[in-house]
Amino acid sequence: MYLAPFPLAPFPLAQALPTQAPGVFTGGANVIAVLILLAEFGMLRQALLRDHIRLYMAQSALIAILAVIVAAARHIPDLYVLAALTVALKVIVIPLLLRRLLRETDPVGAAAGGADIAGSGGLGEASTVLLAIVVAAFGFFAASRLGIRSDAAPVTALSVSLSVVLVAFVLMIHRRDVVSQAIGLFSLENGISLAALVVAASLPLILEVALLFDLLLAVVVFGLLIRIHHGRGRSLSTADLTRLRG
Amino acid sequence: MGVVAALLLIVPFLAGLASFAAPPRVGQAITAVSGVASFGLVLALIPDASQRAASYFGFVRVDALSVVFLLATSFLYATVAIYSIGYLPGGHGHDASARYTRRFSLGLNLFAWSMLAAPLMSNLALLWVAIEVTTVISALLVAIEGTDGAAEAAWKYILIASAGLSIALLGTIFMYYAGAQVLGPHYSMAFAPVLASARHLAVTPVRMAFVLAVLGFGTKVGLFPVHTWLPDAHSEAPTPVSALLSGSLLAVSFYAILRYYQIAVASLGPRFPRDVLLVFGVATLLLAALYLLDQRDYKRLLAYSSMEHMGILAIGVSFGAPIALAGVLLHVLAHAAAKGNAFMGSGVLLRKFGSKEMKGVRGGLDLLPWSGPLFLAAVLALCAMPPFGLFRSEFEIVTGGLATSHNGPAVILVILVTVAFLGLTLSANRMLLSRPGSGEPAELGEPLTRGEPSVWMVVPVAVGLIALLVLGLHPPGELTGLLARAVAQLGSRA
Repeated sequence: MYLAPFPLAPFPLAQALPTQAPGVFTGGANVIAVLILLAEFGMLRQALLRDHIRLYMAQSALIAILAVIVAAARHIPDLYVLAALTVALKVIVIPLLLRRLLRETDPVGAAAGGADIAGSGGLGEASTVLLAIVVAAFGFFAASRLGIRSDAAPVTALSVSLSVVLVAFVLMIHRRDVVSQAIGLFSLENGISLAALVVAASLPLILEVALLFDLLLAVVVFGLLIRIHHGRGRSLSTADLTRLRG
Repeated sequence: MGVVAALLLIVPFLAGLASFAAPPRVGQAITAVSGVASFGLVLALIPDASQRAASYFGFVRVDALSVVFLLATSFLYATVAIYSIGYLPGGHGHDASARYTRRFSLGLNLFAWSMLAAPLMSNLALLWVAIEVTTVISALLVAIEGTDGAAEAAWKYILIASAGLSIALLGTIFMYYAGAQVLGPHYSMAFAPVLASARHLAVTPVRMAFVLAVLGFGTKVGLFPVHTWLPDAHSEAPTPVSALLSGSLLAVSFYAILRYYQIAVASLGPRFPRDVLLVFGVATLLLAALYLLDQRDYKRLLAYSSMEHMGILAIGVSFGAPIALAGVLLHVLAHAAAKGNAFMGSGVLLRKFGSKEMKGVRGGLDLLPWSGPLFLAAVLALCAMPPFGLFRSEFEIVTGGLATSHNGPAVILVILVTVAFLGLTLSANRMLLSRPGSGEPAELGEPLTRGEPSVWMVVPVAVGLIALLVLGLHPPGELTGLLARAVAQLGSRA
């Protein structure tokens, strides 16, 4: 079995940290990328579904802001359209759909500020966060070893995006209710959007639109399945889904 | 030929809408006509595709490799659509069963439409989009029966498959990055130019993209260790959907892996991509063969058999010899026909005995004069017994493995396929050759009488059996020409 090691390029993290202070653009982009990762960690800790959705909105809005910054700094006008679509879809439409779903499936809990799902995980909260920090660090340093350069956005943002993806996986595995798992998947998609801003900023707009449309379709189907699930079990929990074992 | 490709993208979609609007029986007839028409359209593509690759409308591309997968999908679409006429209740007016049938026809047509669209896409990003569409539509079809098991299986399926496809999307983005370094930032991810310039692509991003694509699309192929949704979805879905999931959906996802494989081989050389596929293939085959020995539910048995065959496909590609690649592509076609037959036969058993458990099915050969022998033939075909198509294809794969001195993997393949043979035939024996009424009855009632539930559920299976025999005994010249051309594409740097 042949598995050559990845070429050990000069540590790109060192390149991303120039000797003088980073420019406004690089600094701003990196700050936003880190805020996106923090939002992901926030989701991991957040116990109320209502606030979970709010964090997803904030994370999506950050993606849109980063898209606008990259568009302005690198003169890629397509990204303005992408930012507008991101706001329309991920900040407005998807949270609206999810909230309506919550209202319909759990009117009492929603009136009290959202269904309480605290303690729904298999691991303790603290160990989950520790695990998430470990995988986030792994993603961050693994990506910086890839030797990827980008003209659009700082590569540190790519490293952060892989951390977001991995933490989103932890979130989906940890949570035991269908809404959190769905939001975990959508935030995973946000992490990929962040990666795409770095390495595929000039991806033709038509493809970006196709990808977003696909996301919308997935959201609608997730909504339908959540409703079916709730209709069967009168609960959003997946703790009882143990009959089918692969 | 552009018209044919366009019709393939239009006919099933319109048939879906029409069958939803029309009364149930009319809708089922529309579905069947659309299925047969799609198969005819794909047949019309064969002569051209065996000669050259052609692009239309900027986003459609037809070549030999894509036509092979279109052939498998459209054949199953046609047979399953006819089978559904017998499987589903017709119903009248606006009662629940009529509503169910209309929704089912809509879903079945759209599912087939999305699976026919995926191999036609000229563009790696659109290919990903099409495969994601197959996921969301088929998840709804898995859930359509509304039972607890169906809801659980559908949720598991969509969550795991979507997470897997997110990984594939990451791979797609890395491939875009690799291509953009060579082709300029505004290229459209069209497949042909990326492949043409593959040898100039940066190595690390292509390597990342390939591994992420294998893992991501492999989730939908059912490769170990990301297969866990597969047996559940296959066993809980309505039988016609199970047949399409197993015969077409897994193959279409494998098609996506093959496209990345083509680029990876041209860019990295054959060794790395083949080793990756070999590891996934052997692990999948091993797991599936062992699970086949201990199943109680015959639809799950067939689901693990699908995993077994996907493992064989991955191993076959990893051998790299032209004869092994020809075997792989023939295997895609023969597996579609055989697994479609087996699932359609299992649907008859389910209807007759009212149980998905093997112990509830006894004396199938006596009680089902047509479906019993046909199901037995389908199981034997799945075990790669001659004279069926899978015997020919697995024989070619093993020959290719030995020819390229992959002796170890070839021997492992033969051993594990034999283990799978044992599992499948023992179970089929118990269900078919035992005395009627010797098992635990599914429900108290009158003893079952000899007879078929519906002639519509027999005819498509007989057609599938004929296809298997043709593929095994004497594949038509047009088909071998098509396969040879597709092998040339896949193995251009073998």
